[in-house]
Amino acid sequence: MGFLDRFTNRNTDEEQEKLDKGMDKTRSSFMGKLNRLVRGKDTVDAALLDDLEELLVTSDVGVDTTLDIIDHIEERVARDQYVSTEELNAMIREEIAMLMLDTEDERPADFDAELPNKPHVVMVVGVNGVGKTTTIGKMAHRYKQAGKSVLMGAGDTFRAAAIEQLEIWSERADVPMIKQKHGSDPAAVAFDTIEAAVARDSDVVLIDTAGRLHTKGGLMDELSKMKRIMSRKVPDAPHEVLLVLDASTGQNAIRQAEEFTKSVDVTGLALTKLDGTAKGGVVIGVSHQFQVPVKYIGVGEGLDDLQVFDRKGFVEALFGE
Amino acid sequence: MFESLSDKLDSALKSVTGQGRINELNIAETMREIRRALLNADVNYKVARDITDRVKEKATGDEVLQSVTPGEQLTKIVYDELTRVLGGEHVGLNMADHPPTVILVAGLQGSGKTTFVAKLAKHLRSKGHAPLLAAADVYRPAAVDQLRTLADQVGVPVYSVEDDGQIVQDAVRVADEAVAHAKQKARDVVIIDTAGRMHVDEAMMKEVADIKGAVDPNEILFVVDSMTGQDAVNTAKEFNEQLDFDGVVLTKLDGDTRGGAALSIRTVVEKPIKFASTGEKLDALSEFYPDRMAQRILGMGDVVSFVERAQEQYDEEQAQQLKQKIKSDDFDLQDFYDQLQRIQNMGSMKDLIGMIPGVGSQMKDLDLDEDAFKHIEAMILSMTPEERSNPQILNGTRRRRIAKGSGVEVRDVNQLIKQFRDMKKMMKTMSKLTGQGRSMNLKKLMGRFGGGGSNPFPG
Repeated sequence: MGFLDRFTNRNTDEEQEKLDKGMDKTRSSFMGKLNRLVRGKDTVDAALLDDLEELLVTSDVGVDTTLDIIDHIEERVARDQYVSTEELNAMIREEIAMLMLDTEDERPADFDAELPNKPHVVMVVGVNGVGKTTTIGKMAHRYKQAGKSVLMGAGDTFRAAAIEQLEIWSERADVPMIKQKHGSDPAAVAFDTIEAAVARDSDVVLIDTAGRLHTKGGLMDELSKMKRIMSRKVPDAPHEVLLVLDASTGQNAIRQAEEFTKSVDVTGLALTKLDGTAKGGVVIGVSHQFQVPVKYIGVGEGLDDLQVFDRKGFVEALFGE
Repeated sequence: MFESLSDKLDSALKSVTGQGRINELNIAETMREIRRALLNADVNYKVARDITDRVKEKATGDEVLQSVTPGEQLTKIVYDELTRVLGGEHVGLNMADHPPTVILVAGLQGSGKTTFVAKLAKHLRSKGHAPLLAAADVYRPAAVDQLRTLADQVGVPVYSVEDDGQIVQDAVRVADEAVAHAKQKARDVVIIDTAGRMHVDEAMMKEVADIKGAVDPNEILFVVDSMTGQDAVNTAKEFNEQLDFDGVVLTKLDGDTRGGAALSIRTVVEKPIKFASTGEKLDALSEFYPDRMAQRILGMGDVVSFVERAQEQYDEEQAQQLKQKIKSDDFDLQDFYDQLQRIQNMGSMKDLIGMIPGVGSQMKDLDLDEDAFKHIEAMILSMTPEERSNPQILNGTRRRRIAKGSGVEVRDVNQLIKQFRDMKKMMKTMSKLTGQGRSMNLKKLMGRFGGGGSNPFPG
């Protein structure tokens, strides 16, 4: 299978298979197109660069990132006069590797890694319909499987039946949750959850929030308030603010990342719905334009379909054989 | 820094505007800029290419070459082309000759199907229909609860199939039985809410095709998040191949997305966009008008919608009275309060401002406090009727009382009174100007973008 072998070398075989299947489209479309593009050509010309631009843009890498990559290649072609397609391949790889790897860690902590705080509080935010509640359900399951005690907080008190939805995940993952009734103050729910976690000596706290468009100032302020209230119970909480992005989102993903960071200092991204479509490129664009690491990727609807994202592996696998 | 499509087009067009004529040389660079602007708005790559090719063809015709204002000409061409690509005319729902009309709603996960279903039910109810909602999303946790809660708010019934309190996981059965149920209960529209599904999920795509086979819908709507990127086209294509849907619904248009996906889907599947949905309030649904969307993509505002909303709030007579009051300087704080009420009934400030041509793009980063009016209202309501009609009697004691009564500081009251005085002055000046026919500038501005019959100020 090549592409993702190294990408997920720390995952189990079963996980690997699922992820392979989930990322199949991205792999075959991006690499297949790149290979077809370069094959049979012996030099880099304007037409080839145009095709490369199309390939990167249609993979949702993003216009700015694409132009950056193309510009760099153009520069080198102009300087070196002659560039073979092999060199071009290497250049693209270098460029993408640079974009992907210039942020700190190579791979975020696994679910079984020792946590720096107790309880370790994670707040999950994002626009409507990206899969926040589902991501929390999956995280709860993965943390629990790794031997951690988990507590979830039903902080989406706004959307109809959001609490019920998290409740079902709580049963599936067999992880307890703290809730209040629909329409109550989400900051109070967050506070109660952390308080309960301290009392129960839980390892991980996962706080759900209502989906909100990043353009709604009032709702964004509500998030900052939730965050402030949490730190009253446990200083430094939340230790992680996870922004969930739908992988099929286009250029607006960057705006979402910017605005949420302004309000709540996003520390990591979870990219959902990566299964099934040719959207892997958005990982590259987001990593480049937004200096917050992708931490998780969602590749299906099952409890296990959430993976820790290994960037180094991703780049190696993208071009490795 | 993100630039919206209109900003980018602006700068692309400026390079032409500064020059006397459009020519082969300056147009190539401009087209490249326009294409990138379209790509940045998530317009599909191929569609963006097609658009710029056509714009270029038109723009290099003799007519434009001899025009004195190439920038404006080019804007008009781009606008016309966007309107054409978006479908030209508004297309409504297909209704059955013999009720019930069956509407099937499908789309990806998280695209906003359930919320849209509730909004559509409300919309149809306001037009005199009696909808029934079918809860055919039998998989997502609590999806049926969500639909039921929203349906309660709208006041329409929901049909679901449960066994011993458990949702029966048979979407085809739910849809089929819902239609039969509607016939029995004389509900004339059935809206079927289905589970979100990935277009590559064969089993799930077969399920929705089976629902279609079982109930033979009059209208199949494909719901898509307007923030979707390049993949929107593939998704729409796959759904169309499976379902041959009749129309597209764009959701979450209230973000800062430019909605380039709308352009792409319309072009690639050749199906009309029928509704645009904004916000979580259940009346935030509008029928889709291509020319208005083209104006939005270009950042030209949406004057028609603005005027329509204003018309809902004002009749001719009220408008005349108001004009008279301003002219004769009788406009007082009570009138001001009434106007505030009307404006708020028109919708959120951000929506309204976004509709004003040329203002939308400048105001996009402005964080408007939707509650800002509340303090003003509270202050006016704390005044006596006499104070409202004669603000000049407001001395220090009265101002302190008002501040106390409305929970603000005295300086807020002072500020209100000052602002009101300034506003009156401005209104008087404006009414004098328009009296002398100086509103020409606005008319001229609108005429520029008049395009597809959307000029709200004819003549």
